[in-house]
Amino acid sequence: MKKVFGKPKSLTKDPFTYCPGCHHGIAHRLVAEAVDEFGIREKTIGVCPVGCSVFAYVFFDCDMICAAHGRAPAVATGIKRAKPDSIVFTYQGDGDLASIGTAEIVHTANRGENITVIFINNAIYGMTGGQMAPTTLVGQVTQTSPYGRDAKTMGYPMKVAEMLAALKGVTYISRVALNKPANIIKAKKSIKKAFQIQLEGKGFSLVEILSTCPTNWGLSPIEANKWVEENMIPYYPLGELKTPEEVS
Amino acid sequence: MGEKMLMKGNEAIGEAAIRAGCYFYFGYPITPQSELTAYMSKKLPKIKNAAFIQAESEVAAINMVYGAAATGVRTMTSSSSPGISLKQEGISYIACAELPCVIVNMQRGGPGLGSIQPGQADYFQATKGGGHGDYHLIVLAPSSVQELVDLTMDAFDLADKYKNPAMILGDGLIGQMMESVEFKERKKIDLPDKEGWILTGCKGREKNYIVPFNLDPYEMEKLNFKIQDKYNELKEKEVRYETINLENADLIVVAYGTVARIVKTVIDNAKKEGINIGLIRPITLFPFPEKIIAETSEKVNKFLVAEMSLGQMVEDVKLAVNGKIEVNFYGRVGGVIPTQSEILTEIKKYLK
Repeated sequence: MKKVFGKPKSLTKDPFTYCPGCHHGIAHRLVAEAVDEFGIREKTIGVCPVGCSVFAYVFFDCDMICAAHGRAPAVATGIKRAKPDSIVFTYQGDGDLASIGTAEIVHTANRGENITVIFINNAIYGMTGGQMAPTTLVGQVTQTSPYGRDAKTMGYPMKVAEMLAALKGVTYISRVALNKPANIIKAKKSIKKAFQIQLEGKGFSLVEILSTCPTNWGLSPIEANKWVEENMIPYYPLGELKTPEEVS
Repeated sequence: MGEKMLMKGNEAIGEAAIRAGCYFYFGYPITPQSELTAYMSKKLPKIKNAAFIQAESEVAAINMVYGAAATGVRTMTSSSSPGISLKQEGISYIACAELPCVIVNMQRGGPGLGSIQPGQADYFQATKGGGHGDYHLIVLAPSSVQELVDLTMDAFDLADKYKNPAMILGDGLIGQMMESVEFKERKKIDLPDKEGWILTGCKGREKNYIVPFNLDPYEMEKLNFKIQDKYNELKEKEVRYETINLENADLIVVAYGTVARIVKTVIDNAKKEGINIGLIRPITLFPFPEKIIAETSEKVNKFLVAEMSLGQMVEDVKLAVNGKIEVNFYGRVGGVIPTQSEILTEIKKYLK
């Protein structure tokens, strides 16, 4: 019988330990599929962050390293400079990338490091139990914004992709979502494009993935997908923010 | 015989590192070590497949070292006191992940932004771990530009041998000073193969992963014990020190780095006055040369520890002596270098 669907080679046999309805599983799979389809598993090195996806090293079946909180882009820089022939990606949440690691992501992007960043934005800190992230929406209730995020004292949700797209050294930036099949198909294309850019030595690529955190949002998986559609996408519009054609 | 050159301490470290095969340097400017960063920025781009990055911060620099070290290459970062404080998080991760690398600290006066003159007040930070958790660096304390060169090269070997970060703990004086140095031919030594753990892509093998954590406390404890075993081995095999005039000494001075250099002149001056002073100069601050200090304290009952701090290494000397004799202390801080006459006056106080 012909096998029409299976687990990507770049994922291990370990079952995901993420919460029901969390998008990490889908995001992991899409990255693994992209790595498989380019046939680069044996030269790929992944950098996982601190946060829920610190366990990404368990699930990806390629060489992996865990960075300190927010430092994945610096670690990836060290790896890529030492082994320029390897394919290097970081996988970072919004607390990791948009808060504690802002300096590292901005400067890695600005240097145009030839790496790929997978940025999971679920508007909250997951691992530590649902605290406010820089990406938390205005009015959103979290453990540390119990009365809702007040922009006056807590600032507005940070649009990291737009910030990075403004840097001249950056090659590719896109924002995708995983809340419905059509978006997943688009996300896959975007992730592949990001890796393609690295493979061609064209420089820094980042895909921001709007994701769910049903557990800390206090929603069911289906409600969480809807929440992405109704609340996140209007503030964080999907699409390519910077593509190689625009690079002069 | 290798070639002789007149070099500034900071630049000599850079040259020694490159000759030791370190082609990946990540740094951030800070006085009094910036010449080292500048030297690497000049030399490394001329070497094939090498990389120099002026990082956005000390934090980023040490994490670039972490990434590069994970691929098995020799790599280094350098800074001075406040910058080294910023690196501590990364150093703790590197120690936990058991990756070899070299970190240079050309100390200046502290605390805070402190001063830009030499200091030795980072001794605790360097030798007791510095960051969070139970770990140590291999800490080498040069006392001349020649020793900076030799110890920098040794630091890479020791780091590789023990899969542990090594630190060159110098100070602004040695870094800024120019002396004649020789890059000696070095004997090739057997170092452990890195193939089993480095990240190079999993072609033809199972994946490798480097993970500085374990949520199972019993497994995490096991990792701690394994790392601790290395420190015990270091204490057994890698202790280094220099001694001068231990026989017939009326008093022993324990000092390292710049201060030990000053004490050597004090010894000569004291001799002219008929006073016999001995010196124990720790070269490895971790592992600390406690045995020679303990043995000497059986023979000479007057000890003075001199540092450019308000009393840090003196604690390790006291532990080694274990209460058998009194250990006295003299220190200047904040970037002030003790003079020969000050130290001699201090010595005389205890010889009355």
